[in-house]
Amino acid sequence: MEFSQQQHYSPQTPAQASVSRVMLNVILALIPGIAVYIHYFGWGVLVNIVLASLFALLAEGLILAIRRRPVVTTLMDGSALLTGILLALALPSYTAWWVTAVGIIFAIIIAKQLYGGLGLNPFNPAMTGYVVLLISFPLEMTRWNPPLELAEQSMNLLEAFRYSFTGSLPQRMDIDMISLATPLDLVRGRLDMGFNLSQIRSEYSIFSNLSGKGTELINIAFLAGGLWLLYRRLIDWRIPAALLSSMLLISAVFWLINPEFYLSPVFHLFAGATMLGAFFIATDPVTASTTPVGRLIFGAGCGLLIYIIRSWGGYPDGVAFAVLLMNLSAPLIDHFSQPRITGYRERKS
Amino acid sequence: MSNSDLVTTDYSKVIHDGLWNNNPALAQVLGLCPLLAVSGTVINSLALGVATMMVLIASNLAVSLLRLYIPNEIRIPVFVLIIAGFVTIVELLMHAYLYNLYTVLGIFVPLIVTNCAIIGRAEGFASKHSPLPSLVDGISMGLGFTGVLVALGVMREVLAQGTLFADASLMLGDWATTITLIENYDGFLLAALPPGAFIGLGFLLAFKNVIDQYMRKRRTSQVVVDIPDANTEPALSQSD
Repeated sequence: MEFSQQQHYSPQTPAQASVSRVMLNVILALIPGIAVYIHYFGWGVLVNIVLASLFALLAEGLILAIRRRPVVTTLMDGSALLTGILLALALPSYTAWWVTAVGIIFAIIIAKQLYGGLGLNPFNPAMTGYVVLLISFPLEMTRWNPPLELAEQSMNLLEAFRYSFTGSLPQRMDIDMISLATPLDLVRGRLDMGFNLSQIRSEYSIFSNLSGKGTELINIAFLAGGLWLLYRRLIDWRIPAALLSSMLLISAVFWLINPEFYLSPVFHLFAGATMLGAFFIATDPVTASTTPVGRLIFGAGCGLLIYIIRSWGGYPDGVAFAVLLMNLSAPLIDHFSQPRITGYRERKS
Repeated sequence: MSNSDLVTTDYSKVIHDGLWNNNPALAQVLGLCPLLAVSGTVINSLALGVATMMVLIASNLAVSLLRLYIPNEIRIPVFVLIIAGFVTIVELLMHAYLYNLYTVLGIFVPLIVTNCAIIGRAEGFASKHSPLPSLVDGISMGLGFTGVLVALGVMREVLAQGTLFADASLMLGDWATTITLIENYDGFLLAALPPGAFIGLGFLLAFKNVIDQYMRKRRTSQVVVDIPDANTEPALSQSD
C-alpha cells in the first residue's frame, strides 16, 4: 500500500477564505438566479449587470487612484464587482445607462470609499445606491417590464443595449409595454382601491402559484444559490434563517387574521427580492451584525421591516430600506449581544 | 470679565475666525437646523443667512454694551431675551416688506432665536469684549454663516432643479430672474430632500479640511526647510 506524497495531519483546517475567494463564490452562487432572471425578464437584466459591473470597476479604480491606494490588487478582491451585480439585480430590467451610473457612483464612491473602503463602510453600498436612485428618480425606477411569457413584444440583446444608451425603443414597441407594476405593487395598489386578494389574483395573469410568474422561480434559484453558500460555509446561517422565519411568522399572523387582505406567507417569501435579500444582501459581512445573537436579531429585524414596508409603505419592495435601517442598528445590536467570554460567569458590562 | 478689554483686539484674527477658522457652520458646526432645512434654494439660503446675520450683529452689539450690567448668574436668559427681541424685529420687518419670502421661510425666521451660533457668540465673544470688536465679530461670523448657507443652497439648487436664483423676485424685486443652467433637466430629487443637505454639508466640511490640511502642510514644510527639526517629521507623517 502506497501513501500519497501529500500527507494530511490533524488538525485539518480548511484553507483560509480570502476576501476575493468569498466574493468570487458569492458571485458564482448568484449565477443560477441571474440565469433564471434573464430567461424570464429578457436581456435588459444582462445589460444592467454588464454596465453596472463595468461602472463599478471604473468608479472603484478611479477613487482608489485618487486616494492613492493600490488599484489593481483592491479591484481584484471582487467586492466592487459584487456591488455592481447586486445593484444591477435591484434595478428594473430596462434602465437608462446614466441611472445605473449614478447609482454606482453613490454606491462605490460615497457609500463605500469615502467611509474608508471595504470593511469600514457602515451601509451596504449596493442598497445605498439603489435607495438613492429610488428616491431621486421615482419614474425611472418603478418602470418594470412584464415576464416574457406575458409580454407582447420583447427586445433582443442589441436592442436592449441601444435602449439603455439612447432610450429609443424598437419600432414595434412602446414605453407602456415596459412600464408595468410588479406583483407586489399591483397587490398594494388594488388593495388600496378596495379589491380583495382573490379578485386581484383572478384579474391579472401576472400571478402564479407561489407569487408572480417568473418572480417565484427567480426566488427559488436565489434560494438554491444561497443554500450552496451555506453548504460551503461562506455565509452564516443565522441572518437568512432569522430573516425568513420572522417574515414567515408575521405574515402568517396577518394572513390568518384576514387572508383576503394580507398576502400569504408563501407569496411574501417568493415575491420581490426576498431570497436575494436574505442570502446575498443582508448577509454582507461588513455591514451586518457580527455576533451570533446579534445576527439573529439583525435578520429578524430585516424580515420584520421588509414585511412592514411591503404592507404599509409606499415603495415597490422593502428589502433595501429594511437592510439599511438594520445596518444603522448593527453597531448597537453588536454592543448589547457580545458573547460570554470563556471563563467568565457573566458578560462584563 | 473686563480685563480682556485691556488686551488690544486683533481684528484681522476676528475676521478670519468668523469667515474661516472658526466658521459657525464648518468649524463650530452650530446652527445646523436652519442650515439643513432651508438651504434648498439659493434665495432661501440668502434670505435666512441675511436675517441671521442681522440678528447676530445686533445681539452681539447689545450684549457687549450691556455686558457690565448683566449679572453673571442670569446671563443666559438675558442673552436669550435680547436675541428674541431682535428676532422679533427682523420677523416683523420681513412680514411688512417681504411678505412672500416670509411665508416661504415660515417657522425658520422665528427659530433664529434658537440658533446656537448666535447665543454662542453672545456667550463666547460679545460678553467678554468691547462693542467694536463684538460688532466686527458679529459681521464676520454672520458672513461666514451666510456664506456656507449660500454655498449649500447653490449646490442643492443646481443639482435638484438645474437652476440658480429660482424665485429671486421674492427677495430682490421684479428685476431678478431665474438663471436656468441646464435646460430640460429631470432633476436629482435627492439633493432637494433632507439627505441631500446632510451629504452636501459633509462635502463642504471635507472641502474645508482638505484646504486646511494643504495650508498646514505647506506652512510646516516651509518650517522644516528653514529650521531642520527632527520633531516635526514624525508628526507630519502621522497626520498624512
